Amino acid sequence: MSKTPVQFSLNGSSKAIFVDGGANLLEVLRRGLGDLTPKYGCGQGTCGTCTVLIDGEPRLSCLTLAETVEGKSVNTVGGLADGADLHPLQNEFMEGFAAQCGYCTPGMLMSAKALLDKNSNPSREEVMEAISGNICRCTGYESIIDAILRAAGQRTGRAV
Amino acid sequence: MSSIEFRKDLFADERDDDLKEIGKPTIRQDILGHVTGRSPYYDDHLFDGLLHLKCLRSPHHHAKIRSIDTGEAERMPGVKRIIKPQDVPHNLNTLLSLINFGRDDEAMLQGNKVSYIGEPVVAVVAETELQARKAVKAVRVEYEVLPHVLDPEEAMKPEAPVVNEVYPNNTFDYHELYDHQKLRFGDTERAFQAADNIVEGRYQLSPIEQAPTETCGAIAAPETNDRYVCYTGTQALFFSLGTTAKLLDMASSRLHFVGGTVGGGFGGKVDSLHEPLAVLGAHLTGQPVKYVFDRQEEMQVGAPRGAERWYIKDGVMNDGQIVARQFTGVFDAGAYSRLSPYAIIKATGHLPGPYTIPNVSSNVYCVYTNRTPATAMRGFGITAVDFSIEAHMDKVATHLGMNPIELRIRNSYRDGDMKAHRRLAKNTALIECCQVAAQKAGVRLSPEFANDSSLKGGGIGSRIEIPETVTDDVGKIGDRRRSNTPIHPFEGAGHKGKVAAGTRGEQVIAAPAQDHEMVIEPGRDGYRGPSNGSGPLPPDETQPSAPMEPQSQPPVVQTPLPATQSPQPPQIAQTPTPAPQPEPYKPDKLFDRGLKRPGASRFISGSRRR
Repeated sequence: MSKTPVQFSLNGSSKAIFVDGGANLLEVLRRGLGDLTPKYGCGQGTCGTCTVLIDGEPRLSCLTLAETVEGKSVNTVGGLADGADLHPLQNEFMEGFAAQCGYCTPGMLMSAKALLDKNSNPSREEVMEAISGNICRCTGYESIIDAILRAAGQRTGRAV
Repeated sequence: MSSIEFRKDLFADERDDDLKEIGKPTIRQDILGHVTGRSPYYDDHLFDGLLHLKCLRSPHHHAKIRSIDTGEAERMPGVKRIIKPQDVPHNLNTLLSLINFGRDDEAMLQGNKVSYIGEPVVAVVAETELQARKAVKAVRVEYEVLPHVLDPEEAMKPEAPVVNEVYPNNTFDYHELYDHQKLRFGDTERAFQAADNIVEGRYQLSPIEQAPTETCGAIAAPETNDRYVCYTGTQALFFSLGTTAKLLDMASSRLHFVGGTVGGGFGGKVDSLHEPLAVLGAHLTGQPVKYVFDRQEEMQVGAPRGAERWYIKDGVMNDGQIVARQFTGVFDAGAYSRLSPYAIIKATGHLPGPYTIPNVSSNVYCVYTNRTPATAMRGFGITAVDFSIEAHMDKVATHLGMNPIELRIRNSYRDGDMKAHRRLAKNTALIECCQVAAQKAGVRLSPEFANDSSLKGGGIGSRIEIPETVTDDVGKIGDRRRSNTPIHPFEGAGHKGKVAAGTRGEQVIAAPAQDHEMVIEPGRDGYRGPSNGSGPLPPDETQPSAPMEPQSQPPVVQTPLPATQSPQPPQIAQTPTPAPQPEPYKPDKLFDRGLKRPGASRFISGSRRR
C-alpha cells in the first residue's frame, strides 16, 4: 500500500508522518503519533467523541482523511491545558461534574472550545447548538452546558 | 442539579448518619483524567505488532452449520490465524456458572447450529482490520436454514423449533422442577371470587440496546512471564477473568486483567464476550490481539435489555382496596441464558410492587427465542414489571373512577407490612412520594390521604401475617410443551395443597457447590449454616413450622446465591425427581502451573489467602 508523507502542526508542534492511503486522521493521531486523547466511538461520524479542531474548526477525525490536513493546524484535548494549568473549560467540567464515564468529554471539550474561541459570550441555545453533534450516553448534558456557560464567564441564571 | 430536591426529612428517624455530601457538588476522583483525555480506556494502550480480530457472524436467525471452509481466507494477505470452534479448549459456558446458576449453554464460537443473527462462527486474526474484514468475507460457511421463532409465547408452543438444545422446552428450568418461577402468597382465586371488580391488563416492553459511546472490546497480549495481559472495557472484570479461564482451560493465575475505566456500560459490558477470544487470539498467534465491536456489531450483537411481556389481573373492591393480584410474566431471553433467568428471580422478589396485597401469585417464564441474547441493563428484572404495575394501577383507577394517586396511597405498603416474598417492609416512603408528587402536580388529595403516613397503620393485624397459601404443581418441566398448556398459570392448575398460615417457606438450601473449595466450612468467616453441623434441614411439607411471632423475627439471612434470594414458596418443598443434570465442567487435567495441593480446586492456582 502506498504511503503519503503528511506534515502538519499538532497542538502547536510540527509533525511529519507517512500515512497509508485512505487512513483516517483519528487512527493517525492515535496509533501513528500516540496522541490518545481523541476517542473512537462509532467510526461513522455520528457520536462526535473524535472531534478535533482543524484550523480552529471542529471536525470529526474519524471521517477526515489524514492526507487532507497537510499544512494545517490540528488541536486536540492533549494540547488544551497550558502545562500544568488547565483550560477554563477543563476546570469548569471538573468543578461542575460535567463528565461521568468521560468517553465523550474530549469531543465535548473541543466542540466547546471551537465555540468559545469565536463567541466569548454565547447564549444557552448557542452552546446547545455547538455540542449538538456530540452524544453523551450517560446523559449529563445539563451539567455540560452549565460548565461551558460558566467557562464563558456567563452566569447561568437558570430558573428552577 | 437544581431540579432535584432531597427530602432526607422523610427518613430522619431512620438514618442518623449525615455524610454531609448529598445535595452538594463534589469533585469526582477520576475526572482529571477525563478532562485531560488521559483516562486509560482499554483502547488507549499501544502495542507493537497489534493484530485485529473480526468474527464471521451468522446471517440467519436459526441454521444448522453444514460445513466451514476457510481455505481461501487462510491464504489472504495479512491473515495470521483463523480460529474455529474446535480451537476453543472448552467451548461451552453460561455466564452465571461461576456462581453455580444455570447450565452451560453457549459456545464462544458456534460450530453446530447458529441460533441468532450475528452469532459468531469463526474468528479471523489479521494484521489490519481491513484485512481481517476481507478474510471474514472469504470464509465459506454452508448453512441449512431452520425454522425460527421470534416471539416468546410462540416459542412455548409444542410445534415451535427448539432454540437452545440445553433447554429443549425453550424455557429455563427453575429449581430443576418447574418451567417458570412461581410465587404463591394467599389464595388469589378465592379472593377474585369475592372481589367487586376484576381488572386485567397486558403490558410489553421492547429490547433496549445500552449503546455505550465506547463499544465493547478488549486487547490481549502475551507477557514475558508466560501470562497474558488483557486490557478490557468490561464492567465485570472478575466475570471476564473467570469466564476466560474456563473457556480457555487456562489457570486464572496466567491471566492479568486490567480494567476499571469503562467508556459507558449501563449493563451491556458484563457478558465477557471479548476477553476470552482476544486472549485465545494472543495465545494462538503469540502477538497482541484486539477484538472490538464496531458500531453495527454493538447494535446487532451486543446484548440488550431483554423484551418482557406482563399480564396482570387484579381483584379490587369498590373502595379501591386491591385484594388479589396475579402476574404472568414472559421474558425473552434470546437464544442463550446469560443473565435472564436471574433477572426473573429479581423480578419475582419485587412483586407485587410497593403495595400491600393479601393474595399474590405469579408465574414468570424465561423463554428462549432466536433473538440476540439479552443481558443486564440498569435495574433489569425490575424496570419492566414496575412499568407494568404502575400502568396497571392507572388502569384500575380509571376503572373505579378513582384518583390514581389516592388509589396508590390506599394500597401502599407501610413500615412493618409483610410482603409477598415473606419479608417485612421497612423504610417505606411511597405515601410520602405520592403526596409530594400530588403537590407538585397540583392534584388535590382528600384529607384522609393528604395526612397519611407510611409510618402509620402498617404491621398490624392481617398486614403482618403470612396467610394460608394455596399451592399447585402446574408447569412441571416439559409438561407445557407436551400438552400445549396455556401460559396463564391458573388455567387448569392442579390443586396441590395448602400451606399453613405463618409458614415462611422452606429453609434456604444452597445449591451444592460444584467444588469443595467453595464450601464454607463451619468455623470459617462467613459461615451461616446450621450450628449443629448436620447440614441444611430438608423441607418438610407435612409439618409446617409454627407461625412466627412478628416481634421475634430473625434478621433476614442473605445467602450468596441469587437462586436462594428468590421467594421460595413452600409448594416446591416436595422433593422432586431430579432432572438429569450434566456433570459440572472440570478441566481434564490439573493446570500445569500453580497450586498442586492434592484435592485443590483446578480453577485455583498460586498462593491463596485462607
